[in-house]
Amino acid sequence: MGYPHTPHERETVLLSKYFGDPEARTLDGWKKRGGYAALKQALGTPPGDIVNVVKASGLRGRGGAGFPTGVKWSFMKLDDGKPHYLCCNADESEPGTFKDREIMRWTPHALVEGCAIGSYAIGAETCYIYIRGEFTEPTLRVEKALEECYAAGILGKNAMGSGKTINIYVHRGAGAYICGEETALMNSIEGRRGNPRIKPPFPAVSGVFKSPTTINNVETLAAVPHILTNGADWYKQWMRPDNPKSTGTKLFSVCGNIQKPGNYEVAMGFPFKDFLYDLCGGPLPGRKFKAIIPGGISVPIQTVEEADASFMDYEGFVAQGTMLGSGGVIVIDDAQNLVKQIARAARFFAHESCAQCTQCREGTAWTTRILERIVAGEGTPEDLDTLLDIGENMTGKTICVLSDSCATPVSSGIKKFRADFEALIKKKKVHLVPAVA
Amino acid sequence: MSASDDPAYFRMHREAGDLRAPADASHGDHEHGPYTPVFTPGSARRKELDDVLSRYPTKMAALLPALWMVQHERGWVSDDGMAEVAQVLELTPAYVKGVVTFYTMYHQHPVGRHFIQVCTTSPCNVCGADNVVESFLKHTGCQELGQTSADGKYTVIEVECLGACGFATPIMINEDFVESVTPERVPEILSELE
Repeated sequence: MGYPHTPHERETVLLSKYFGDPEARTLDGWKKRGGYAALKQALGTPPGDIVNVVKASGLRGRGGAGFPTGVKWSFMKLDDGKPHYLCCNADESEPGTFKDREIMRWTPHALVEGCAIGSYAIGAETCYIYIRGEFTEPTLRVEKALEECYAAGILGKNAMGSGKTINIYVHRGAGAYICGEETALMNSIEGRRGNPRIKPPFPAVSGVFKSPTTINNVETLAAVPHILTNGADWYKQWMRPDNPKSTGTKLFSVCGNIQKPGNYEVAMGFPFKDFLYDLCGGPLPGRKFKAIIPGGISVPIQTVEEADASFMDYEGFVAQGTMLGSGGVIVIDDAQNLVKQIARAARFFAHESCAQCTQCREGTAWTTRILERIVAGEGTPEDLDTLLDIGENMTGKTICVLSDSCATPVSSGIKKFRADFEALIKKKKVHLVPAVA
Repeated sequence: MSASDDPAYFRMHREAGDLRAPADASHGDHEHGPYTPVFTPGSARRKELDDVLSRYPTKMAALLPALWMVQHERGWVSDDGMAEVAQVLELTPAYVKGVVTFYTMYHQHPVGRHFIQVCTTSPCNVCGADNVVESFLKHTGCQELGQTSADGKYTVIEVECLGACGFATPIMINEDFVESVTPERVPEILSELE
């Protein structure tokens, strides 16, 4: 897909409205489009009121976990006398997801404004935007936006004449998927290896530099100015009538074997079938969908039937055996070897494991070895049970969820597409079975 | 065609389940000549580092930015470079090395002038990223992944998810992204590099 992107008539463009519009990247252009009015308004409002509006809007974290943003902010005690920090998680590395990248490339000021409001609401004078090292263009765009804001007095010691200090800095990562995990991200900002920390203490108690910290995703923060300007009820117009737990709009990144890959913004609760066939154009000519991963590679794989029955919100995907995750939709069609792709996903996790926890360090590597052996035609009938057993031992037993994330596509893949695995195993050449110690 | 019939699959993972670190992650490289410090007092990089230090309550927090500066200046982060950063930030060289080895983007040995990273994680893989890797290896003259071509011009590696999955296959050449790369486009892309 190219930009400027003409939105489909069934999209609800809020965050993606100015994707492809180079003028929106500049401070002047952004102000012309209504930018920084929300920040001005926020700085004249008590922080507690802002938190309450965000709470009432039902906004939930867009990075994957879906924790209510206003509730997260309310954990920050404003009068504790300690320095507070806001960290913006722009380490977008979940395979299948590329929405934050476009927010930063096209509307960096939307993010900066969201960060500034968030900082004020939680009593933080400093915000770090942690951008993954590979995102060179998004980093330049955000840095340029920050430069403009400091020059215009929107940020700094007397932000917009409010007397409040709001500093926002970019912190560049250096290539580590795990740094998208919030505690690993904080370690990385502190100049450490990106190993996740044991919780508790939770970041709101002891986060970056041992101070109370809130970590929010790019898309979450970019939605905040809209909510402040238009109110909580306005934001809640986008939801399924029977599911008030998921509100607003959500950016979905679509990739893989599909006609029109790219970013789409839809209202929460949009029918997934219409999304795949109507907005994204359906499968490639002569092919059929085989499996769909709707929320980045860490969530369970869906069969086509499950995908067709899903509604695109937090609860809608759970009802069909998977999760909304980060909104990275990966489509795999019938021309692909699904087992090879699951093996590739496992290899990804084996590569990205920080190796702190045994279950993850060993489990991701074993899983990868076994799966690649199956793909190479050397699988044994016991392998599938072994994989499920390893998967069970990798779930819920480690400091962070990378281990679970590796087990999820493998276990769900075996459960839902067992025939694909067995077909490869039946083809094995007996004399090539490796010796097992 | 199943993957087991696919020669590209074995080229890339020469041994099924091989999880050894790639060649570009080898440790213990020293500068060939004498090391020229990056953060000499009064230098532009020193000023840049001082500015970065003012953003954080600890010196250690400037470690990742400092390592980026060394890499931008020297092309890679040698043991001498790590020692300099350690001294400037009041850390031990061993600590700095521990951090450098965690992050994949710091080069621990010299790489080709054009460092080419091809994304081959699942979303790109289903769109044929393996063939893009093959094409790069063929047209750059790099013998295998992680090795630098004989003329010192290219290094090609596979990279895990570049976060541009809708534009399969994305690649990075040094600090620049190229999107929607197909095997056929590779010669043209290479011809545009000096």
